[in-house]
Amino acid sequence: MARLIWLCLKCIMLYSTVQAVFEDQVGKFDWRQQYVGKVRFSHFDSHVQSSKKVLVATENNVFASLNTRTGELFWRHVDKTGPEGNIDALLQHGQDAVLVVGNGRLLRSWEINIGGLNWEIVLDSGSFQSACLVGQQDTVKHVAVLKKTIISLHYLSNGHQKWIENLPESETVDYQAVYSGGNGEVYALGVVPHSHIAIVAYSLEDGEIIKQISVEAPWLSNIQASCSVIDQGVLTCVDSATVSLYMLDLHLQSQMTQIPLQAMLVSFATTGEKTVAAVMSPKNKTACSINLFSGETGRRLLDTTLIFNLDPNGGKPEKLYVQAFLKKDDSVGYRVIVQTEDHTLTFIQQPGRVMWTREEALSDVVTMEMVDLPLTGTQAELEGEFGKKADGLMSMVLKRLSSQLILLQAWIAHLWKLFYDARKPRSQVKNDVTIENLSRDEFNLQKMMVMVTASGKLFGIDSKTGSILWRHYLNNIPSNPAFKLMVQRTTAHFPHPPQCTLLIKDKDTGLATLHVFNPIFGKKSHISPPPLPQPILQSLILPLMDQDYAKVLLLVDDQYKVSAFPSTKNVLQQLQEMASSIFFYLIDSSQGRLSGYRLRTDLSTELIWEVVVPTEVQRIVSVKGKRPNEHVHSQGRVMGDRSVLYKYLNPNLLAVVLESTDLHQERSFVGILLIDGVTGRIIHEAVQRKARGPVHVVHSENWVVYEYWSTKSRRNEFSVIELYEGMELYNSTVFSSLDRPHAPQVLQQSYIFPSSISTMEATLTEKGITSRHLLIGLPSGGILSLPKMFLDPRRPEIVTEQSREENLIPYAPELLIRTEWFINYNQTVSRVRGIYTAPSGLESTCLVVAYGLDIYQTRVYPSKQFDVLKDDYDYMLISSVLLALFFATMISKRLAEVKLLNRAWR
Amino acid sequence: MARPLPFKIAVVSSVLFIVCTNFVCCNNGRKVGDVMDTEFSGFSVPLEHSFEVDDVAKFRVRGALVLKAGREPSVSLTQSQLSEEDRTKLKDVAAVDGLYRVRVPRVFLQADRQTERQMEGYLTAFVRACAMVESHLSDVISLHTDVSGYLIGVSIVTLPGACRGTEVEDEVDLEVFNTTLSIMAPVNAPGPETALFLERMEMESEKKGKNPQEQKSFFAKYWYLILGGAIFLMVTNSAQPPAGGGREQS
Repeated sequence: MARLIWLCLKCIMLYSTVQAVFEDQVGKFDWRQQYVGKVRFSHFDSHVQSSKKVLVATENNVFASLNTRTGELFWRHVDKTGPEGNIDALLQHGQDAVLVVGNGRLLRSWEINIGGLNWEIVLDSGSFQSACLVGQQDTVKHVAVLKKTIISLHYLSNGHQKWIENLPESETVDYQAVYSGGNGEVYALGVVPHSHIAIVAYSLEDGEIIKQISVEAPWLSNIQASCSVIDQGVLTCVDSATVSLYMLDLHLQSQMTQIPLQAMLVSFATTGEKTVAAVMSPKNKTACSINLFSGETGRRLLDTTLIFNLDPNGGKPEKLYVQAFLKKDDSVGYRVIVQTEDHTLTFIQQPGRVMWTREEALSDVVTMEMVDLPLTGTQAELEGEFGKKADGLMSMVLKRLSSQLILLQAWIAHLWKLFYDARKPRSQVKNDVTIENLSRDEFNLQKMMVMVTASGKLFGIDSKTGSILWRHYLNNIPSNPAFKLMVQRTTAHFPHPPQCTLLIKDKDTGLATLHVFNPIFGKKSHISPPPLPQPILQSLILPLMDQDYAKVLLLVDDQYKVSAFPSTKNVLQQLQEMASSIFFYLIDSSQGRLSGYRLRTDLSTELIWEVVVPTEVQRIVSVKGKRPNEHVHSQGRVMGDRSVLYKYLNPNLLAVVLESTDLHQERSFVGILLIDGVTGRIIHEAVQRKARGPVHVVHSENWVVYEYWSTKSRRNEFSVIELYEGMELYNSTVFSSLDRPHAPQVLQQSYIFPSSISTMEATLTEKGITSRHLLIGLPSGGILSLPKMFLDPRRPEIVTEQSREENLIPYAPELLIRTEWFINYNQTVSRVRGIYTAPSGLESTCLVVAYGLDIYQTRVYPSKQFDVLKDDYDYMLISSVLLALFFATMISKRLAEVKLLNRAWR
Repeated sequence: MARPLPFKIAVVSSVLFIVCTNFVCCNNGRKVGDVMDTEFSGFSVPLEHSFEVDDVAKFRVRGALVLKAGREPSVSLTQSQLSEEDRTKLKDVAAVDGLYRVRVPRVFLQADRQTERQMEGYLTAFVRACAMVESHLSDVISLHTDVSGYLIGVSIVTLPGACRGTEVEDEVDLEVFNTTLSIMAPVNAPGPETALFLERMEMESEKKGKNPQEQKSFFAKYWYLILGGAIFLMVTNSAQPPAGGGREQS
């Protein structure tokens, strides 16, 4: 008996889980792009002439090395998120890079060729200000770290502390920089804003104060923002108010010299004996010029002009990093990395050749959508026939014939190309995707990924190759934005172009703007969105369409007035007719209020239900509805005894997650409310005691899966709720929230999960026939595809004949992570923040995009590829067998005829 | 001997008397009839309803909900009949597909004092007026509380729930509410069932232990396979020289 169960279990496991990638399929259907984020510090590795490395430390707490020839990553280290992993300073000497991490908490040294850690030490507490390398007679042996009140010196070889000293007058003087000129002295530079600069010189040997001077500088308020120490102790500051350069020799002078100039951005670099300043100044609206100035004299160097063309879809330049080198004729040559407002890095060589660009905005994707690609011209021609008005029988026939001819022509051309390509070696056949030749493939597996990033830059990425096809920078993004991307018109309505609308809301004021664009080309639509003078509370896409097939977007403002976009007469008329059946809900988590509204014919609203959760006890953490494009194929589940258990498929159901305000481990809880969004009826209310967030929820079909932290057992747990109507349906033809008086049956089961999770999403397919999987992004960078059948509250404790008939897996409290369930094999996705799933034209296939610091795209087949022939399918064999059978029948028929004839003669 | 007994009786009765008077005093201390509020009979809050032809909510009292706090909160409802005027109005509202709304004030069930119980605001729910009429005023009202005993939501459905447009001829059908009432606290969600699973595993291993077939040693179980393998090996070994000879010949 037990053996039988075991066998049955094995069968189920094997059936459901063999889905790993074959070795030769690696990179065939998937791609990954790695990013580093907005660059904070950058250093060119110049200790070897032939070196092609640039070190970058970013605001996303990433330390990486880039190849200057191609812009690709050599190596990358991803630290903790938040202030703990914040990189405060980056210094480089020879093969070592020294980082100060976590507001002066840690000092680390890295080997830059392979990215290995040399050493790490913990620094004394105190707010970090600045750090610098300290050398003596061309050998650098120490690192100086300046904090709010202290300065300390460490050995470069092992990080040990040499001496630590207090700073004088640290209450009034704001020490911001530290410098050493290689003569046995360490200078700490402090500023009293709008008054003077204080300079304290320490002895390198024992940390004794050698001298203290102060220099008048009433225009200066922040050394770090506008000054830099160059060359042999020359402090150079930029005053942006008067657009001039100030210079101060730290050893000799006590007066600053002023050099006026015209500039936007300045960066300094030293090569050999010479120190240069690269200055970027605006040329015209679309271009900037960069010039080199000598560090000693302030004079412009000849033949160093470099033109940088601004991307019309990009931002303004923000930072400049210069790599200067000596040419053979002893003149100074240079390369620059320009960082723009949209976090793009552009590497430029003289005389203005762009070597590479990196779109670092993609390290912070906020939301995304996948849009079908348009049909090809010929297909569109055929489609267009149906859209137009009929103009007579004869012309229609002619039109049909002509379009069929065009199709035939295209097919022959395609065959010819196939034949032609087949003769060429595979490596030469390259299908470059450009925006012009974009078209839908046979199974709609290639789509346009529209990604919205936190910096306000929009991207259109081809899902097959990952190449960026268009980009658009929105430069009026508020500082604390929330984005919502909606597809108003898909590509299905030729000749109307597809249309996406991005709602950009300022979280502080609630004011919103709309950006309407074409998701295939990225161009801003000529349709002007309505001005939104009031703060927006809620937006919803209705299934209603206007005469141009654009779905109607409703926006609810803080006066509870509704405005529609597009708001043509046709739309308003439809809205008036439908008003009594348009309901929406609002959630005010600060007051714990969930309220439902109904639309009136005059586009005002009325409050119809209200549920109030007391905020003293708990707070609303998240609300999840179902995805509107989700299809459920089967209405019920067939039980072991051949009866049917019907699912409760309420499209208006909301899963509301509550977390207790009391975080004590005995009293904390996580609550789940299932509320009907139309009637406000609480369908189910469950509470998980001794549990804590963060809670991740997936809500789909008739189930809700959530994950939480159990404070009692100190582990992550999964719980699944399934809703069933029972053995008979109340109204099988249509679901109405207003007419479902019976509460559904609720089943729930929980499991132990051996890892914490970052994000969770369910697979989605065209018709919903394929079984569902949960895609779980783990903090380790893996993406796990967990079959939903393991999260089934009907898994029996004790196996019976009926449960076996139903293919239910016997209950086991722990969900195992099987390595073959990882869909991204070794392609780690750092800091997964979201997973997006989209159906493809094939029922078996679901497209998956995971985004975080990296972007990873792949396909998953939750029920295996039941509708696709394998790659290695033997066409020759099957066709030869068919042919052989055909001839065999022909011959045997002939033989039978002869035989019959002979028999008749006899 | 006879004397102490009456004495004792007197003492006991006097004690009883004092207790009784005290008890009566207690009763007198209460404001009887002011609010239906005692420790054991719960407290009452109004259940209000509204149905207007122009759909602007005007709530009037429909009845009184008597809520009983405690480990298992319960609720009961006393409500009056619909007046002649209300009946026609309800039918009118149903004719224009208006809403029948109900509301209850937000209350905290576990508080001891009346002032602490009442909170600001109401909880509202609705049902289509036609459904109310066609179901002959048979509705199901449920009140939902949260973990700590705050009332968080109210829901109303009618049985049957559909609006089929059937005319309700008899006015008497719309006189009396036929209400099913319930109060629901959140269900405790189950945690992972480790104990039962372990028990089951143990039972299975015990069963295995009892089964003598399973207890046999490796050799005892598979002796025939090992023997067969050994014979096979021997046969192949002895058969090799002739095979080699064969190759030489060819």
